[in-house]
Amino acid sequence: MRIINEMRLDFKATPENEAFARLAISGFMLPLDPTMEELADVKTAVSEAVTNAIVHGYAGGEGMVCIKAAYDESGELQIQIIDRGRGIEDVQQARQPFYTTSIDEERSGMGFTVMESFMDDVDVQSAPGAGTAVRMNKRIRLRDDAVPQRA
Amino acid sequence: MASMELPGGKGDSMLCYEKKKNALTVRLSGELDHSAATGIRRELDALIDQTGVKRLVFDLKGLEFMDSSGIGLIIGRYKLMNRRGGSVAVCGTDERIDRIFKMAGLYQLVEKLA
Repeated sequence: MRIINEMRLDFKATPENEAFARLAISGFMLPLDPTMEELADVKTAVSEAVTNAIVHGYAGGEGMVCIKAAYDESGELQIQIIDRGRGIEDVQQARQPFYTTSIDEERSGMGFTVMESFMDDVDVQSAPGAGTAVRMNKRIRLRDDAVPQRA
Repeated sequence: MASMELPGGKGDSMLCYEKKKNALTVRLSGELDHSAATGIRRELDALIDQTGVKRLVFDLKGLEFMDSSGIGLIIGRYKLMNRRGGSVAVCGTDERIDRIFKMAGLYQLVEKLA
């Protein structure tokens, strides 16, 4: 399917930008006329991935988080959240429910589980020292009267 | 109901509370993410310390957004209350919050009030 809209956003890895990232992705997907539920699903998944980048990728240190997003004519929304932080040694282990490396941050270790639950597809590419890229897809059901405008 | 702005006003989240006998009811509003949870946790632990309550109730009806940071916040307070011989309950959860809590098996630890 042909991509009809795409965006890229780079922002500082700071907790204040978690809300900004949710707002940005909400605004980007609005032309697809998502339901409140679809919108909340995507916002929640993006919030988890961006928080992971800030809390784990950079562990509170300096760095930038990048969000790339695109959607095609069929309403397939693709999102990537990329950091250049410390990376994940064992991705499979990190994706297990309740797995967390944060001791004092009170993280539940449910971030990836939430992403997987709210998105159709989640793929994680990571290597120690090379950062992490989370790719997520969600099919937004297009309503008959809401064909997305060509960008 | 007493209320206070969180320090720095980060995360657009507000915390109101009410103490009745041995129970503290905390009403959260706005968006509960990692950023907001950090401030709420600090305020809440100070409140629990000051009041010495045995029962903590989270009223989440006013939340506009919550991600897994909400699980961490509540499980953290559960552990704290448990050490003090107390308990934690939640109320005002919508379908989405319920779904997130159930993923983590939260209702095995904290009571869900109608």
